[in-house]
Amino acid sequence: MAQYYDKQIETMPREELVKLQSERLVWQVKRTYENVECFRKRMDEMGLKPEDIKGVEDLHRLPFSYKSDLRDYYPYGLFATPLSDIKRVHASSGTTGKRIVVGYTEKDLDMWGECVARIFTGAGIGKDDIVQVSFGYGLFTGGFGLHAGAEKVGALVIPMSSGNTALQIQTMIDFGATAICCTPSYALYIGEEVEKLGVKDQLKLKVGIFGAEPWSEEMRLQIEDKLGIKALDIYGLSEVLGPGVSYECPEQAGMHVCEDNFIAEIIDPDTGKVLPYGEKGELVFTSLTKEGFPVIRYRTRDICSLNVEPCKCGRTHLRMNKPQGRTDDMLIIRGVNVFPSQIEEVLLKVSGGNITPNYQIVVDRVNNNDTFDVNVEMSEAFFADEIKSIEKTEKLISEQLRSMLGIGAKVHLVNPNTITRSEGKAKRVIDKRKI
Amino acid sequence: MYITQLSVFVENKTGRLSEILDELTAHNINIRALSMADTEKYGILRMIVDDTLKAEEVLKASGVIVKNTPVIAIDIDDTPGGLGAVIAKLSANDVAVEYLYAFLAKDAPHAKVVLKVNNTTKAEELLK
Ligand SMILES: [Zn+2]
Repeated sequence: MAQYYDKQIETMPREELVKLQSERLVWQVKRTYENVECFRKRMDEMGLKPEDIKGVEDLHRLPFSYKSDLRDYYPYGLFATPLSDIKRVHASSGTTGKRIVVGYTEKDLDMWGECVARIFTGAGIGKDDIVQVSFGYGLFTGGFGLHAGAEKVGALVIPMSSGNTALQIQTMIDFGATAICCTPSYALYIGEEVEKLGVKDQLKLKVGIFGAEPWSEEMRLQIEDKLGIKALDIYGLSEVLGPGVSYECPEQAGMHVCEDNFIAEIIDPDTGKVLPYGEKGELVFTSLTKEGFPVIRYRTRDICSLNVEPCKCGRTHLRMNKPQGRTDDMLIIRGVNVFPSQIEEVLLKVSGGNITPNYQIVVDRVNNNDTFDVNVEMSEAFFADEIKSIEKTEKLISEQLRSMLGIGAKVHLVNPNTITRSEGKAKRVIDKRKI
Repeated sequence: MYITQLSVFVENKTGRLSEILDELTAHNINIRALSMADTEKYGILRMIVDDTLKAEEVLKASGVIVKNTPVIAIDIDDTPGGLGAVIAKLSANDVAVEYLYAFLAKDAPHAKVVLKVNNTTKAEELLK
């Protein structure tokens, strides 16, 4: 049984792996310095030359990069190849209205597919399998990322995209899907529908690959039980690659980082100091092979730890545990990244004033679906003598939020001074989800 | 007659309406007419009070969102068709009535009606 997609790479002795990383890092630093102004400026300010970086041991000397860089150099300013070599872009929400854009060369797309292929092969999915991809296709990296990996292993791919649960289940049954890929909360929802319909015995599913949002061990057990599958976690973010930066092997004991392509570090988010393996801190990635949109020491804002102990599966690549929080206020709602600052921006725009109306985001999970409510305190700017104009304002806020975030929120105009404040500051986010 | 009406935002929560009315009573403000327009989630309380400026101040100070709106108050003959004739006259002259509510004033022989129209000046002119 083929256990590895690329045995030589996946089981490479760590010493050799570090050597490979060092070579690639030197190459990446040099070309990024030459082609990306933002990185070059930071290096120059620190008095660092690409030649100073001789290998992984010098990584900690390099400057960090941040999500805000993507906004400052929107849309193509961080690309390291001519635009003519970029074959595709993906985008996701930034901390403000502007989306963040990333680009891939042909080689990048190929590398991405190979990273994702590793989780499929590890899970025993190959050319005889039928993979239903129920992640959204589009600017979001989920659909295309999993699609590419499934194609790499030679599986038959059903590019379902998300939504329409009844059709999802019917397709799974009719087409004989053996693997499903989507967000874990959607998987659980599908599982519950399957239970209601009593069609579990008609499913041929063996494996599920889930990601793009946090989920618990308890959720995993529920999904596995309801769909009769093994559920594996895949991690990634579009700034670094998309899904496939790290992935679970069947041991389900942490996600192997594709270390031939990415170096993971854990740092103290306050001091920026690198922490030893095993310690909890902010996850930072450097892409070693990516041509179109390389990142050097990119601050993910995800908090987790790294484990370099050998894995029972035989892979030597270190493992990261599930992110256990964020160093910023980002929320993941229905798989979409949401920043309170985006909501502020909409409210400011709709009120037409200089003061942001007081608001509160309430997130919960009901029947495995994220609920997303935005309470906005009524203010002079929003108030009118007629119901229809207040309703219009409410609708306008909803529409603007949808176009900013890509997902819908229920907007409620509430009495002034009713949003919980602590020490004079309004509590912006109430996340009732137990994950 | 042109008068000023106060409109207050009321989220539909039990007790909110009485809080507002209590606040006015506590400051000796007399409500002469009152109407409530509401949806499932919130409403607009519209009032004619005897001291508009003071009421507005009091309500704002207690954290209520309040707006003043010019409206027309007229006397209606207590006979069939009295109100209909007024509205017909306005609409014949392109003045649209956005909402209205009636009240009985103490010591007045007629019912009074508050009209919110899209052109207060013109309406006042027509109803002189
Ligand atoms: Zn493993």
